[in-house]
Amino acid sequence: MTPPDRLPGSKIPASRVGFGMARPGHNSAGPEASEEAGKDEQETLPPDARIDLAKERAETGIEEVFNSLDAELIGLAPVKNRIREIAALLLVDRARAQFGLSTSRPNLHMSFTGSPGTGKTTVAMRMADMLYRLGYLRRGHLISVTRDDLVGQYVGHTAPKTKEVLKRAMGGVLFIDEAYYLYREDNERDYGQETIEILLQVMENQREDLVVILAGYKDRMDSFFVSNPGMGSRIAHHIDFPDYTLQELEEIGNLMIQAEGYSFSPEAEKTFREYLDRRKRQPRFANARSVRNAIERARLRHASRMMAADKPVGRDELTTLIPEDFLSSRVFTDSNAETPSG
Amino acid sequence: MRITQGTFSYLPDLTDEEITKQIQYALDNRWPCSVEFTDDPHPRNTYWEMWGLPMFDLSDAAGVLAEVNECRKAKPEHYIRLNAYNANYGKQTIALSFIVQRPSEEPGFRVERQEAHDRTIRYTLHPYAADKPHGNRYNGQQ
Repeated sequence: MTPPDRLPGSKIPASRVGFGMARPGHNSAGPEASEEAGKDEQETLPPDARIDLAKERAETGIEEVFNSLDAELIGLAPVKNRIREIAALLLVDRARAQFGLSTSRPNLHMSFTGSPGTGKTTVAMRMADMLYRLGYLRRGHLISVTRDDLVGQYVGHTAPKTKEVLKRAMGGVLFIDEAYYLYREDNERDYGQETIEILLQVMENQREDLVVILAGYKDRMDSFFVSNPGMGSRIAHHIDFPDYTLQELEEIGNLMIQAEGYSFSPEAEKTFREYLDRRKRQPRFANARSVRNAIERARLRHASRMMAADKPVGRDELTTLIPEDFLSSRVFTDSNAETPSG
Repeated sequence: MRITQGTFSYLPDLTDEEITKQIQYALDNRWPCSVEFTDDPHPRNTYWEMWGLPMFDLSDAAGVLAEVNECRKAKPEHYIRLNAYNANYGKQTIALSFIVQRPSEEPGFRVERQEAHDRTIRYTLHPYAADKPHGNRYNGQQ
């Protein structure tokens, strides 16, 4: 859609001769074209110039994104490293462009794999913000969709539906959660195949307009890429999100509690650790999401305890969670029976 | 004869870059855009054919421009215009409408005089292109 001479940093697509049909005596590449060329020349630095990368980095403001990543997301060291690497590559590419060195736009489509609740959506949002600050996205918004939003119900419904979503995602990030549902092995007439074809085409031809992030469980994503080799090869960054350790889960819990304006009593802290330890070993453990659910339920019990006590309460009572708020959970009562949801 | 309808019609044809900026302006104002085409550009022909549905909830111009380009591909010898609709209460009308493609040749209009009762003369505009059937009007192309 846009010619390849577009600088990665520029927010405007390079000029294209307008819709004016070629007319006799009408030279379409007029003064405008030469003006454009002059501007490009001005921007190119002489070969002996020096660029301060640290300053460039500070100007883009991505430091803020990294800081919020570090502060709000516990653990995930490999993911953060990978994001830093991508940011470094994009910064260096920008610097190269200033010297007029040819830099093809890097392929930024990604796949995030990992267990539920490991922060894939949150990281995708930060990623959109970072790419926007580096000038690789024009808007930096994130459209999060699943199979339902892309695949139609009857013949001829899928293409317009997918295109509509793609149009909304232009200039930002399209985040496809549980992308493997797009492909159904057992049904070759499934409309998901059509969606995949349209996606592939856009991922290839409109790389400057949007970034696609596919997310899902590791093993199912792997088999998805095996059955759709075209998709796998168009994705440059396969990032795996590790499960959280017990320690990290605890820190996440503390962050959430603080954000909600609660605190643990000293004994409750121990109980909470015990709770996480037990819950982690049970099926359907969803990492940070399970922590959030546990805290939500503790808040419920805390509230009903307050009501049941039927006496005046102070600030301390209203903000402190005690062991009983966790101990009545089914995680403690029947260790190997059916688990609570989440 | 160059047809002048809508915004910017006395300016030279807009480039894609300029069109992108106008679309972005509309989207920044939360005006949904739509694409329409016709081969009957008579000034009283207000309702052109719709190219797909109006596009809601977009934030970037690339999506709209892609739709304009699709329409250009399918209707290379038609007039195509882009409308931006202001849905705010009290406005609820087209806020911006401009031509984004015109046929390579525009034969223009002739004036027709009709002699009526007494010595009255009635004038009417007739596009030369309208002599041909709908769909073959400009260079015989769809």
